[in-house]
Amino acid sequence: MIPRHLIIGIAVMLAVALGMSFYVLRMRRGERAESAVASSRPVTPPVSGPTEQVTLYVAYDDAGVLRPTPARIPLPAGRQERAEELLRALLGLYLDKPSPHPLGMGSEVRAVYLVDPGLVVLDLNAAFADGHRSGVLVEELTMASLVQTLAANIPGIARVKILVDGKERETLAGHADLSNFYDVSTMNQLVAQMSAGQ
Amino acid sequence: MVAVGSAILLSGSADDKHISIYSNAASYTLPVVERNGMDYVGLLELLEPLGTVSAKTNGQRWKFRYYEVESEFTAGKTRARVRGKDFDLPANFLLENGRGLVPLSSLSALLPRILGGPVTFHESARRLFIGNVAVHFTAQVSKTEPSKLVMEFTAPVNPTISTEPGKLRMVFTHEPLVEPGSQSLTFDSKIISSASYQENDGAAEIVVNGSVPLLATFGNDGRTITVAPPPTAATQTPPAQPAVKPTTAPQLLASTGAPVARSYVVVIDASHGGDERGAALSDQLAEKDVTLALARRLRLELGARGITALLVRDADNALTLDQRATMANAAHPAIYICLHAASEGNGVRLYAPLVPAAAENRGPFLDWNAAQAAYLTASQTAETSLAAELQNRRVPSRSLIAALRPLNNVTAPAVAVEVAPPAADVSELNSLAYQQLIASSLAAGIAAARDKLETAP
Repeated sequence: MIPRHLIIGIAVMLAVALGMSFYVLRMRRGERAESAVASSRPVTPPVSGPTEQVTLYVAYDDAGVLRPTPARIPLPAGRQERAEELLRALLGLYLDKPSPHPLGMGSEVRAVYLVDPGLVVLDLNAAFADGHRSGVLVEELTMASLVQTLAANIPGIARVKILVDGKERETLAGHADLSNFYDVSTMNQLVAQMSAGQ
Repeated sequence: MVAVGSAILLSGSADDKHISIYSNAASYTLPVVERNGMDYVGLLELLEPLGTVSAKTNGQRWKFRYYEVESEFTAGKTRARVRGKDFDLPANFLLENGRGLVPLSSLSALLPRILGGPVTFHESARRLFIGNVAVHFTAQVSKTEPSKLVMEFTAPVNPTISTEPGKLRMVFTHEPLVEPGSQSLTFDSKIISSASYQENDGAAEIVVNGSVPLLATFGNDGRTITVAPPPTAATQTPPAQPAVKPTTAPQLLASTGAPVARSYVVVIDASHGGDERGAALSDQLAEKDVTLALARRLRLELGARGITALLVRDADNALTLDQRATMANAAHPAIYICLHAASEGNGVRLYAPLVPAAAENRGPFLDWNAAQAAYLTASQTAETSLAAELQNRRVPSRSLIAALRPLNNVTAPAVAVEVAPPAADVSELNSLAYQQLIASSLAAGIAAARDKLETAP
């Protein structure tokens, strides 16, 4: 005959062990989710130093417009590095949750090359294009947002060429043309048209 | 499966040889490898899509099983055993990393032994027909004016179509098409003079020769292909210079120098198609299907208004953006409408072309990427007319510009239409009532723009 207090003690210990297991399981799932979110963000270390006021042209899917949005971000001295940081800040905003214009996980700017006179070659990673939603407007918003943000903050930019993983690509996700250059003047026209419709 | 996957991946190189296999179970293409001056193919990869196969290597011996049929091959030997009987290959069996390779020339004799059924092998073209799968076709030129070539196939076909001055080329890779009575067909027509059939590297090809640009349209669920000159081209003399973008030439488009008098023909381009599905609007609904359904409905609506409409695609076939522009330009339309569909937003978005500023025109030749430049005003006129009719029917619409090919390459007023659902329910995109509303609005807009577009350059 097992004493009553021993049975109660074993039952309590089993309950505690089960509870602990459940708690550890929950903790692990949380860690995995956090690491998945973390891995979706650009891996480039943040730039330190004094912050500057910039204007990001942020795409809003619900209204289908770009809105100039002031932001303070640390910017390095070089034009090229500044361009990269600007776009990283913009992409970071889109990768946040909730996002006004969600991009695919892992979307990142690989490099920005400033080629005089006035030409920018923007190299984005494959995750950016492969994970992009497909549609004329949604792709156009992305292109306009990138081009306008660069043009608004880096003086002298006239044209932008987009590469994906260092290579030419026909379209972003089946619609927006990546085979040609984007002229800043025509993108201004598009942004004005988008705003006029509001 | 890994072997088949690798084989399919390897088949990507343009210089590789291929063999196409057609059967009731599957049609597929495999790479052919050359060893000691002979063509070989992997036996396991060849038969895996057709049934249960397994292979085991034991030293130099390779035991292969297809369902219950056992075969044994020896590396470096021609003698094999199939179904318990000796079988002589025309060249040595090869064993490479566990992969058994048999000479291509052995297939007509070897496969009937393994499969227990008839096999026809067109060895020079590397096309293998397993069972009675052949697709036959007839070709007849109609007596109507202008002449058109009507090709009837015994099963649906989906060839890759390309055009060049005086020729329309159809390449059938996935269809077990076989030659008609003669490889060369001549017709009693000045516009469509002849057609030829040939097979090469795992594909069949039909080339239609004409004295004017030709356009192919699909009908009868892909069983009929009609080749005809676009309505205006039939009355024109053959152009002195190519009116389409040659696929291998520099990106230049010939300009006739003077405006081409065009009748009011509308070219409707259902975007995407084939393997290129476009946006996944929902789990079941692909953009390519919505655009095709809408294109057909728009054609009906235009027909009801007495306006001729041509579809760039009338089947689930893939076309490149250049092919779409080339086909549209060959038709000399009064307006080109490109249809898209999206799950986000609501109503209809209209896009006039956004043409790159730096066009490199050379003499009479226009930059292919900015061929639309001369038609921008007319495109905006058409866009305005479409928007007005959508508004009249209380369909929410928005007019924008977009860098969206092939609008830039089209030498006619061009508008892209992106249809979003009326509310949050994406499935409404495929509903008859909604598509009818959009199609009738667009047709009314196209009809309303007629006076302005007919006087446009």
